[in-house]
Amino acid sequence: MKKGSQLKKAKPNPKANRGILLFSYAVVALFLCLSAYFGYFLEVRSEDAINNPYNARIAGMENRMLRGKLLADDGTILAQTTVLVDGTEMREYPYGDMFAHVVGYASPGKTGLEASANFYLLNSHANLLEKAANELSDRKNAGDNVVTTLNMRLQTIAYEALGNRRGAVVAMEPDTGKILAMVSKPAFDPNETVEKWEELSGGDSSEARLLNRATQGLYPPGSTFKIVTALEYMREHQGVYNAYRFDCGGIFAYENLKIQCYHKTAHGDQNFTEAFANSCNGAFAELGLTMDLGALKNLAEQLLFNREQPLSIPYAKSIYRMGDDAGEWEIFQTVIGQGSTLMTPMHNLMLTAAIANGGILMEPYLIDHVENSGGQMVRRFTPRVYGELMVANEASALTELLTDVVNEGTGSAVRTDAYQAAGKTGSAEFESGKETHAWFVGFAPVEKPRIVVCVIVEEGGSGGSVAAPIARELFDAYLGE
Amino acid sequence: MTNLVVGISRYLIILLIAVYTYYNFRFFARKDEAGKKQACRRQLICLFMLHFLAGLVVYANTESAELAAFYGAQAAFFVCYIYLYRVFYRNSSRILVNNTCMLLATSFMILTRLNPDRAMRQFLIVAVSAVVTWPVPFIIGRVWQLAKYPLVFGFVGLASLALVLAEGKSSYGAQLSLSVVGFSLQPSEFVKITFVFFVAGMFYRSVSLKTVAQTTALAAAHVLVLAASRDLGSALIFFIAYGMMLFVATNDWRLLGLGAAGGTAAACMAPRFFPHVQRRIAAWKDPWTDVADTGYQAAQALFAIGTGGWLGAGLYAGMPEKIPVVDKDFVFAAVSEELGGVYALCLLFICLGCFLQFMMIAMSLQAMFYKLIAFGLGTIYITQVFLTIGGVVKFIPLTGVTLPFVSYGGSSAMSTFLVFGIIQGLYILKRGEEDAHEERQPVEEGKTESEG
Repeated sequence: MKKGSQLKKAKPNPKANRGILLFSYAVVALFLCLSAYFGYFLEVRSEDAINNPYNARIAGMENRMLRGKLLADDGTILAQTTVLVDGTEMREYPYGDMFAHVVGYASPGKTGLEASANFYLLNSHANLLEKAANELSDRKNAGDNVVTTLNMRLQTIAYEALGNRRGAVVAMEPDTGKILAMVSKPAFDPNETVEKWEELSGGDSSEARLLNRATQGLYPPGSTFKIVTALEYMREHQGVYNAYRFDCGGIFAYENLKIQCYHKTAHGDQNFTEAFANSCNGAFAELGLTMDLGALKNLAEQLLFNREQPLSIPYAKSIYRMGDDAGEWEIFQTVIGQGSTLMTPMHNLMLTAAIANGGILMEPYLIDHVENSGGQMVRRFTPRVYGELMVANEASALTELLTDVVNEGTGSAVRTDAYQAAGKTGSAEFESGKETHAWFVGFAPVEKPRIVVCVIVEEGGSGGSVAAPIARELFDAYLGE
Repeated sequence: MTNLVVGISRYLIILLIAVYTYYNFRFFARKDEAGKKQACRRQLICLFMLHFLAGLVVYANTESAELAAFYGAQAAFFVCYIYLYRVFYRNSSRILVNNTCMLLATSFMILTRLNPDRAMRQFLIVAVSAVVTWPVPFIIGRVWQLAKYPLVFGFVGLASLALVLAEGKSSYGAQLSLSVVGFSLQPSEFVKITFVFFVAGMFYRSVSLKTVAQTTALAAAHVLVLAASRDLGSALIFFIAYGMMLFVATNDWRLLGLGAAGGTAAACMAPRFFPHVQRRIAAWKDPWTDVADTGYQAAQALFAIGTGGWLGAGLYAGMPEKIPVVDKDFVFAAVSEELGGVYALCLLFICLGCFLQFMMIAMSLQAMFYKLIAFGLGTIYITQVFLTIGGVVKFIPLTGVTLPFVSYGGSSAMSTFLVFGIIQGLYILKRGEEDAHEERQPVEEGKTESEG
């Protein structure tokens, strides 16, 4: 017995110890995973996690940080905080109402980029020594600067081209989703939001200066909706859709219902492509009658009607209502973009961008990168695919139709030898007795689209003669660079 | 000037805890006694400097004389505790004493910042616990009878849990505590210890099929009563501890596999019977879509940790009060937010260091009874640490358990002191054996019996 115990002394319970050792290794491994996860969260995931409206700590950061600058893509200052002699801080917007909606304001409340980039503006990636020095001497650290995707030149042109008219202009790179320009009118001066808050927020409701018409303005799409109708028709008549023929006399009569073309223009004998190029309401009303309305609604929703949109600034959801049980009049109205359908210019732009990009919609974005106060890169945002809105064949067939609009039809304002543009005009009725809203969506150059534009001019009249020329100016400027 | 003090202290505290943690593992690497002692000495320097700086920051922020005095009381407590332990228990494990003090210092720091009244209450409980559990290491080495009546431990523990189920007050959906002469007592904290003694005693006697079956039945009863009290965190801890002790005692992989399979099945069933488990799993998968309701706790903890970042906001500069039950289940998030992610990570490694020390002691002991006690208590301790920290950082779903020695809570503090006291007793026993290796110790008897 004694001998056995001595033997054991040299090697106490080897089997039990092996179990303990194994368990210890397993625990150590598990804790290493846990700490790696913790580190990963702190280093990589935490920024997205804490940039959340429910995080009360972000508001607290304002007291410790000098809000960073918002910059255009070339470094032009769009918003900055200056400290007055008495120590009070002031947020300045050097371009006044030109960037009002997209840049937004920081008080009272926050909107636009001031809201969506808030976290970055209130975080400092200045070097640690500098930060420590500031903290020790009770100075505020300078928040990071946010460099936007906004192009100074395009924004200026869009702003001036819209003039005193109400409406919106948006421009984007279809292959990346970078938003190049976003103008909404009437605008407001973000330097004076605090003083003039009563007037801005109350005021005449039709003016709605605070509303970003580009993303929140809901308009009847008018003839630009024929893109959707055409796509549905092409899906239902694959390969043979151009066999369609229609004789347009300016007014299409069906039983006791009548649909007019714009200004009652008689287009004569039209095939599918021509009817699209000339925006012939009669032809579209007639082919709408043959359509599977459930499929049309599905398509509309596939194209982001009634759905959340991939945007980081406030927006309105577009509305499409017509279902299977619609009567003829509702069908006629809906397929030519009248009726109860409403969409935002930004949504129309995304749809056109997907066509320009082979059916793939890139997520629109406004922040190109974040840099620290010394100009060093902190975080770069890269293009992200939102999804495929249509297959590549459909996108190229639609591109052909849109090209014909420019070359043969209503889009002649953007016809030029310098580049080949494609697009669709629209003149949307919204109230009888008033002038129509003028729409244009389009992109250029067709071979390798670099810019997609959406223009709406409220009560502007004809899309081809009012909206398209604004797009032309943007195309010329961007492609001429 | 104040700003300068607070600012510098913030970075120094992080540096000190990092150095402290380094020596925690340096200690394991050193083979020689002098080297180990040196590591422990340096740890103590870090501990007291860190504690002083934190006291300074607290004073700079509150300018409260009462809190300054409170700091003094804490420092005096640590000095007495460390000194008296050395005097009374010459062979005690210094690293465990150091770690006890470091965890308690962190607890006092963060609780003072969160709620000074509760911090002082906690301090009182800690001081009383330290005194009450003082003889524990002495008793452990001398009272061999502890192994004789395992069923007593088993049934007393089970009865306490059943009493909570019948009479207990519920908090956050679980029945946890009993009211005893004005104090709220959480018996499951103590039943953890009786449970380990029960299982160790049973397996020390025999690992025959009959004993294993009996033990498993009584252990399962513990787990089921806890589950019925909806204290699933504790149920899980007991389950894991039992499974691991069974494995170590029998060295039978089939039993481990069986246990793992049973545990997995139970985990899959749990959401069906417990709606709060379902909610916690949903919040773990995605706390962001429903931040206002189901994801609230998890999201607040992540906001705190994320906004604090690696270096922390500094004491009093964060908003840990936004996190629900921040001084108990979520204390790790508060530490991470204000003292920094580095500090929190060090805290995690200090807990792991305690566990490794437990395991080393378990492996060095020869009597199966003691071995299983050290192993079982260590398993319970580290499982609890893992569940609470893992839950807070969203590595695993929340289980609602506290961080031993750091979270607010009297029963938890007292029982953790008991656990550390028992381990110290075993360590001292082992060292005593080494010192007088020719002498026949009462333990040897136990060991040879276990051979049978």
